[in-house]
Formats: sequence, structure tokens, C-alpha cells
Amino acid sequence: MHAHTAIAADQAAQAAGFDDAGHAALRSTMRTQRIQDFFFHKITMLFAALVLVVLVGIIVSLAQGAAPAFQEFGLGFITTAEWDPVNDKFGALIAITGTLVTSGIALLLAFPISFGIALFLTEICPAWARRPMGTAIELLAGIPSIIYGMWGLFVFAPFFGDHVQPLLKNTLGVLPIVGALFQGPAMGLGLLTAGVILAVMIIPFISSVMRDVFEIVPAVLKESAYGLGCTRWEVVRKIVLPYTRGGVVGGVMLGLGRALGETMAVTFVIGNANDLSKSLFAPGNSISSTLANEFAEASSKLHVSSLFALGLILFVITFIVLTGAKLMLAGMARKEGKK
Amino acid sequence: MRMKQLLATILIGTTAAFAASTALAADITGAGSTFAYPIYAKWAEMYKKTSGNGLNYQSIGSGAGIKQIKAKTVDFGASDMPLSLEELNADGLMQFPTIMGGVVAIVNLDGVAPGQLKLTGPVLADIYLGKVTKWNAAEIAALNPGVKLPAEDITVVHRADGSGTSFLFTNYLSQTNADFKAKVGAGTAVKWAVGVGGKGNDGVAANVQRIKGSIGYVEWAYAKKNKLAHTQLKNHDGVFLQPDDDNFKAAAANADWTRAPGFGVVLTDQPGKAAWPITGVTYALVHKQQADAAKGKEVLSFFNYAFKNGSPAATELDYVPMPDAVTKLVEAAWKANLKDASGKAIW
Repeated sequence: MHAHTAIAADQAAQAAGFDDAGHAALRSTMRTQRIQDFFFHKITMLFAALVLVVLVGIIVSLAQGAAPAFQEFGLGFITTAEWDPVNDKFGALIAITGTLVTSGIALLLAFPISFGIALFLTEICPAWARRPMGTAIELLAGIPSIIYGMWGLFVFAPFFGDHVQPLLKNTLGVLPIVGALFQGPAMGLGLLTAGVILAVMIIPFISSVMRDVFEIVPAVLKESAYGLGCTRWEVVRKIVLPYTRGGVVGGVMLGLGRALGETMAVTFVIGNANDLSKSLFAPGNSISSTLANEFAEASSKLHVSSLFALGLILFVITFIVLTGAKLMLAGMARKEGKK
Repeated sequence: MRMKQLLATILIGTTAAFAASTALAADITGAGSTFAYPIYAKWAEMYKKTSGNGLNYQSIGSGAGIKQIKAKTVDFGASDMPLSLEELNADGLMQFPTIMGGVVAIVNLDGVAPGQLKLTGPVLADIYLGKVTKWNAAEIAALNPGVKLPAEDITVVHRADGSGTSFLFTNYLSQTNADFKAKVGAGTAVKWAVGVGGKGNDGVAANVQRIKGSIGYVEWAYAKKNKLAHTQLKNHDGVFLQPDDDNFKAAAANADWTRAPGFGVVLTDQPGKAAWPITGVTYALVHKQQADAAKGKEVLSFFNYAFKNGSPAATELDYVPMPDAVTKLVEAAWKANLKDASGKAIW
């Protein structure tokens, strides 16, 4: 086949009146390029495949490690609020609740703030200040989480326990129903503190995604709205938000994904107690903080396996959230292609 | 041509130099106990000066240290909790004590001076069970006549991570309080009835210093260095003691080292008028059969040097050196148990 194409090329070259030497050189160049291309394709494909192999490897090894725990406790592992290393009885409910509650608080606080930041930067901020302010917010994302943890434990928690928690206790704490969430001793450590620290950590992620999607709103749409006499708020409410809804939700989900897996900062301030309490002031435990605290010292087989099972559960939760985010962002990109 | 020769010479020269330097530095590796880390680091520094050989010690926690030595990724493991004889034999390990220390309770109470408050094992256990919840409770007041105790809530602080310190503390509480033994038990990580967790000695100390009316427990060396307010404890013989080196030594003196398999002695609640009730030993773990005899010997040389010359440094860091009688037993055990691949004793 090679010879065949070579002959065909030969004839074509002769017909075109090329001299033999130049023609041979061209042929050999083409051949080497074809070989180079072939290897280049395969090698890049190999790199891409490597990521998948790693992903599958992680899932398999997590599942393998978790198998003894699920065999022993069954699916009840997920709904049991027992964590007793001495008697080898384990359940994931406390850790799962801690993870979801702290991430939920973080989202509740971070969403409106990030929304405000993104709006300010795209719609209101004078052009000269946009860049430095945007960069400053993105820099927040670069702070290592251990720094947030130390700052949280030594600076934020004392302040929070002395000033903010008593205030919440005396205001929201006296209300019916929600009041139960703000009871108990104000130690400065606990689920609420962890949630607030997480909120600070995910604000840069959410706000930068939001800013990016707000910027892609076609200027003609906004200008038309302004031309019709809309106020800024009306433009945001009726034009920008509907146009970018998918992207905003996607950004929020990315932030949530980060909050779910955050380990070090949470471990410092969550209080690390395997308790299920109604109050947000109470110390608790998240999946990642339990892993960070106990993995190094876990000696019984069931203890290690239960920690693996926690890891697997966290993996599944994060996977669902991030897949949701990707789907929404993709959906938005598609919509944009149509316009 | 001449240039090439020159380059070749330089290249060969540097390679040879590298090879020589790696051959010289027969560094040993160890991993485990965070409690022992400061003194191992100090000993390593001293040992390097005299022998030229360094120690690379990772303070990753006792449990992790045990895993590492079982997997043979390090030359020795370090654990604050003795392994049982069955466990040692299953993996062909030998364990020997290297250094001692004590655990103390620390409090944050207005108007109570460091070392003033008196507690007993059973009352401490009831506090950690959540049964005694106020500082002015009758149980505590009875032990402290004349001390003005505030009507504050007690906030219990414990270790969040698995730890040898927790093992000693819970082991002591389990021995003195049957209820604690039944509900919580002893271990490096337990199911605490109440309280907040702090990561490491510093995490516990930070929480205790911050939360008014709190109580926690840390290594004595750590409490002393950071000037934390410790409490007195009543020992096995009914004497209230302040923690200090002599009291830790007294606890070690009565232990029966010869008969304990694998030197597995837990020095909590020991008899003796001056014996501090929560005293502990940290151990080094090595494989009985050393594939690399030179490395194995180097580990022993390191600890031998530490036993012979490391005591002043240990005392300075508020550890308690092993008594001579014990180090002699350890050396005899090295001779008897540690072999190279051909079965020849390496010490």
C-alpha cells in the first residue's frame, strides 16, 4: 500500500514535471511527518487515558477498602449515628450530616455575597478598578486552606464566640423552631463557625465564575434594556440573570464541590466531636475532618475500612455535585451556540 | 578534543564525589509517635555530630508508625502504645522502650492558680463522662476545701486525632472508674461522651486556653513549655501530687520490666507514694530479622548513643530517661533477638 501510494505520487510528480531528487526529498519528509503525527496522536491519547485510569483506580481502591465496612454494617452504615473505635461500631450519619450542614451554611452565605461581588465588578465598578479588585478576590482563592484553619482557630473563633454567637443566641435563638439552631454554649467552635470559614473560602470561586458568565451577556441586550429606561436592577433581574442562569448555578455547584471536600480549615474549627446535635453552635465532625483526624492512627481493620467507606461516600457526593455543575454549564454553552 | 576530555574528567569526578557522599551518609529513617518527636530530633542532631549519620524521623502518629514499620518502609517505627506479644510475633517485630513522659490535666478557671486544683481519677472520669458538669459540683468541691470554685459549666476538651496521649489518659480513667471503662473504654481514639476535640497537643491547648471553664489533657512537657494551668492528681496510694520528673520516674521504678512481654508496660495508676498516675512509655519497633544488617545496626547505635548520652537532653525537654537497669535489659534483648539475614546477631 505504501509502495502503491509512492508510485501514484511518482506518476503525479512526473506528470507535473518535478525532477526526481526534489520529489524523493518531499516524499521522505511526508513520511516522517506522518510517523510523527501518528506517535503524537497516540501519546496525547495515552496522557488523556491516564487520567481516566487514575480516576477508575481511585474508585476501585476506595470501594475495595470500604467493602469490609459495608459487609459488616450494610447500607445502615449511612444512617447510623454511632462512631465507637473502641468497640468497633461505626456509622457515617454524623460525618455526612456535618459535611452537608457546613457546606449548606457556606453556600447560604457565599451565594448572595458572590452575586453582589460579580454584579459590582461587571455592571457598576468603574473600569479602572475592575482589574485590581477582580485580582484581589481571585487571590483569596490562592490562600492555602491551612492558613484559613489557623486564622479560623486563633483569630476568628474567639471573636465569633465572644461577640457574634451571643448576639445570635439573643436574637435568632429566642425565635420558635429556628431558635433551637442557635442554642448551647458559645465556644466559637462548631458547625456554624466551620460554615462561615468555608463561605469565605468559596466566595472567590463562585464570584469569579459568576463574573465570567455575566460578562458574556451581549452588550446589545443590556443597552437595549437601558434604552427602554430600565434601571440597573431591572437589567440585572430581567436580562443578565435569565441569560446566565445555568452558568450561575454551575458556579455555585463548583463552590459547593470545594466546600464538601475541604479538610484542613474545617478540622481546625468544627470542634471534632462525634455528636449529632440540633444546635449549630455544637461541635461536630465532617467526613473530611474525620478522615484527617483518624486515618493515621486507625489500627483495627474495621476502623480503617469505615474511614475508606466515608471517603467513598464523600467521593460520590462530590461526584454528583460536580457532574451537575458540568451539565448545567454545558447546557448553557449550548444555548449560547444557538444565538 | 582537549575540551571534551576536560568535560569527561569533570563528569567522572562529580559522579564519584556523589557516589562517595551517598555511601558516607547512612541515614536511618523512623516514623511514628508525635510525643517522641522533639527528643528524637534532639538526639538525632547530637548523634549526627558525633557519628556523621543522620536520622530522618517523620512524626506521623503512633498508629501510622506501626503501619510503616510493618510495611518495612522505615528502619524503625515509634509507638506510644505497646503492641501485644501476639501482634509483635505476627510481624516478626521487636519492641523496646526509649523514653518516658507524663500526661497532665489542664484547666482554664478564673481565680484558680496552676497546680492548685485537686482532682482524682474517678472525678476526672465523671467529668469526661458528662456526669459532673459544673465546676462547683459537690464532687470537685469536696476535694478542694478553701478553693473558690466558680459556678461555671465545664467544657470538656479531648484529642480529635488518634493519639498515644489519649490512650494513656483513657487507660487511666478506665482503671479508676468502672463506668468510664464500660461506656468509653481505653484506646488511641475512643467514643467520647462529651466535649470538643482539638487536633494534637496544640489543638487541645488552644481550645482550653480559649474556652473559659474548660478542662483538657496534654503531655507534661507540652504543658510546662506553654505554661498551661495543670491540676494535681491523686495517685494509687492516695497522695495528691504535682507532676514532675521525679514522680514519673517513681512510676517507672515499680514496674516489672523483666516479666512484661516485649517490655509492654503501661505505667498508669502505678503503686508508690510518689508515682504520678498517668505516666507512659514510648517504644521503638524494629524487625527481628534485618535484611540490611548495617542499617539495623545503625538504628541500634543511635538508640545506644541516646541511652548513654541523651539523658541530659531528655531531662531538659521534660522527658524522663529510661533507668539504667531498663536500658541494660533492652541491650540484652537486642543481643538475643536481632539477627541479620544469615541468623547472626547484629548487636
